[in-house]
Amino acid sequence: MAQAQAVEKKQMRTPIESGCPDGMQYMHPLMIKNFGNWKYHDRPRPGVLHHVAYSGDEIWTVRVGTQRQLGPYEINLLCDIVDKYGEGFVRFTIRSNLEVMVSSWDKVGPLIQAFNDAGYPVGGTGNSVTMISHTQGWLHCDIPGTDASGVVKSLMDELYEEFVKEEMPNRVHITTSCCQINCGGQGDIAINVQHTKPPKINHDLVANVCERPSVVARCPVAAIRPAIVNGKPSLEVDEKKCICCGACYPPCPPMQINDPEHSKLAIWVGGKNSNARSKPMFQKLVAAGLPNNPPRWPEVAAVVKKILYTYKKDARDWERVGDWVERIGWPRFFELTGLPFTKFHIDNWRGARNSLNASAHIRF
Amino acid sequence: MSDATKQPKDPQRHSTYLPAEKKSTKAFHATPMLDQLESGPWPSFVTGLKRLAHENNMMVDLLGQLEHSYKTRLGYWKGGTVSVFGYGGGIIPRFSEVASLFPESKEFHTLRVQPPAGNHYTTKMLRQLSDSWNKWGSGLIAFHGQTGNIMFIGSTSENTQHFFDEINAYGFDLGGAGPCVRTAMSCVGAARCEQSCANEHRIHRTLVNNFIDDMHRPALPYKFKFKVSGCPNDCMNSIQRADFAVIGTWRDDMQVDQKEVKKYVAGHGRKYTIDNVIARCPTRALSLNDDDTLEVDNKSCVRCMHCINVMTKALKPGKDRGITLLIGGKRTLKIGDTMGTVIVPFMKMDTDEDYEKLRQLAATVIDFWAENGLEHERCGEMIERIGLANFLEGIGVEVDPNMITHPRTSSYVRLDDWDQEAQKWIDRKKPAAVQA
Repeated sequence: MAQAQAVEKKQMRTPIESGCPDGMQYMHPLMIKNFGNWKYHDRPRPGVLHHVAYSGDEIWTVRVGTQRQLGPYEINLLCDIVDKYGEGFVRFTIRSNLEVMVSSWDKVGPLIQAFNDAGYPVGGTGNSVTMISHTQGWLHCDIPGTDASGVVKSLMDELYEEFVKEEMPNRVHITTSCCQINCGGQGDIAINVQHTKPPKINHDLVANVCERPSVVARCPVAAIRPAIVNGKPSLEVDEKKCICCGACYPPCPPMQINDPEHSKLAIWVGGKNSNARSKPMFQKLVAAGLPNNPPRWPEVAAVVKKILYTYKKDARDWERVGDWVERIGWPRFFELTGLPFTKFHIDNWRGARNSLNASAHIRF
Repeated sequence: MSDATKQPKDPQRHSTYLPAEKKSTKAFHATPMLDQLESGPWPSFVTGLKRLAHENNMMVDLLGQLEHSYKTRLGYWKGGTVSVFGYGGGIIPRFSEVASLFPESKEFHTLRVQPPAGNHYTTKMLRQLSDSWNKWGSGLIAFHGQTGNIMFIGSTSENTQHFFDEINAYGFDLGGAGPCVRTAMSCVGAARCEQSCANEHRIHRTLVNNFIDDMHRPALPYKFKFKVSGCPNDCMNSIQRADFAVIGTWRDDMQVDQKEVKKYVAGHGRKYTIDNVIARCPTRALSLNDDDTLEVDNKSCVRCMHCINVMTKALKPGKDRGITLLIGGKRTLKIGDTMGTVIVPFMKMDTDEDYEKLRQLAATVIDFWAENGLEHERCGEMIERIGLANFLEGIGVEVDPNMITHPRTSSYVRLDDWDQEAQKWIDRKKPAAVQA
């Protein structure tokens, strides 16, 4: 037995703990040559960046929207285009756009044409609606309330023109998240699952599957306590206290939080990661109770478009969604978008008093 | 609607292409809901999954399970324990709860692999990674997941090892999953951006590759993320999403090319310039002179980047560059959202010693948090619980008014050692005064 184990071990390859690879080895030669010595940039057309170095070198970047989940067909198709019309060097943005770098303006047109001919849009730069940041959803997550790729595909179909044009007041970052953990992150507009009913507990499984003290500790409002149910050790939830956040579900899958009917979608606006103008901002709840309605989530798309086009019409140049609302005020936001304002918009979590209007500053 | 919906020129080389020949032996499941996601101008991931299902049975059943989720509006994946030899993490195990209906995709694990800093690839390397994954997994890759990993989606337990061995041999390593240091992210930065104030890639690799043991063998209270942005535009979303955010900045005067300023005003008009540049400065540090040159009150400038973003030719960060560090950003769970807060207002990143100082500070932070953080408590939550002053004392960093928005407003505090604390400040300020 011991010998068998030794043989087994010998066959196992020891990993090389190389960590994060050096990006330099895959970088466009002009980027290596001018590393840290760029002078300025402009955007000759939507989807194209033009950077000029102090050396006088210029580089053009064509930004391409993809479905993010790529197979060998898509990878080879995209790489064939880059090899034929580009120079063999690419990178990905944080929002899953493919960027192709070339050393000459003459190459930009044919490259864009080739991507468009293959069904891939060029855009996502400057004041456009860029690719929606993406989670995994039903395709791969263990706790998803909805899908991710499908929501993104259906929304990007609707917002296609806004991706390929630059007609927004400023950039628009939309995010989606399949649970309240919010892996999609902060967004100008964020679409997140919001559960509305406490978890349904399968008491037969809790004792075997869940480390009960950790689950009790996980609850943000201390609504979970150990209990004996049907003679078995389990957990129970004080449903009056429960805020239906789903935090107990990952460490304890028998506490099913997802519900086809009662797991709803909520829309948040005004999240901003950049420090430009105002400090980074968290997104704020504006709409909720939207049905989780695959395959195209039309009710969600309708609210997103309503907010987006109200912003497009009413915001001034350079105002992100959050900047715009800070100028016009929340009463006007709800008036212009036609979204109902409810008691649920008033925060009651820790620090909530900071979000109340303690002044006579009122817009009429 | 647009060109994308027209009949493709070459249907064989188009995002809507489906092969005529089916190599997978298992019959397709009916997918009426997913089929509806094949129309429309945006490239369809469903068509992509179908192309793969023409090749392998795993993807036939994966499509079946996904359709099942669309119908029932529930997910059916459960976690477990899978890793490669020598590591404890880096793989997201997925076992199907409906494997009896869809047996070929009953194991559908994801390998998280760290991309090169800055997400740079040659087409050759993209193809190589794709070939390796096609050999050992489903063929489906996400560029990239929200933590920043390349997500190789869909492998059996056995093949995770084979795939890892293959790509590890040509320079790729697993990322983090579980309570550990996670895969880091850095922006394109100095490679292609004039606003870059630091060598993002070197900082990224210095930080994360020094904690590779903490990444591969999860033993921390919870996740710990490094993100590096070259300027305060923070394209990596680090303040909100990273436990340890590095932001490039500068401490001397912003560079102004007055000739270009005049050109900008001439091109866009005075009103546009005043409304969109001058009036949008958050600290009223800008003023447009009568001769259409720009006056900058650099002492009041907070390096927000707005005017530099607007006038890309005329304005630039200063020349005395370095980084600002913010610690403790995270999203909702468990105490609510926290932005990272300033811990180091400015440090230079020029010499090897500077990098070593940064590495040591990161190690001190992680050690202190590993020692004092509760289970499943992010670094920012620990700071919230113990207070920033205690955290600073724990990591040996002196207080600085750049760390706060404003001093305390509550009088409920004991001030026994006021005089000693005031003396510390006076002593710290002395050398600077003498130098001046």
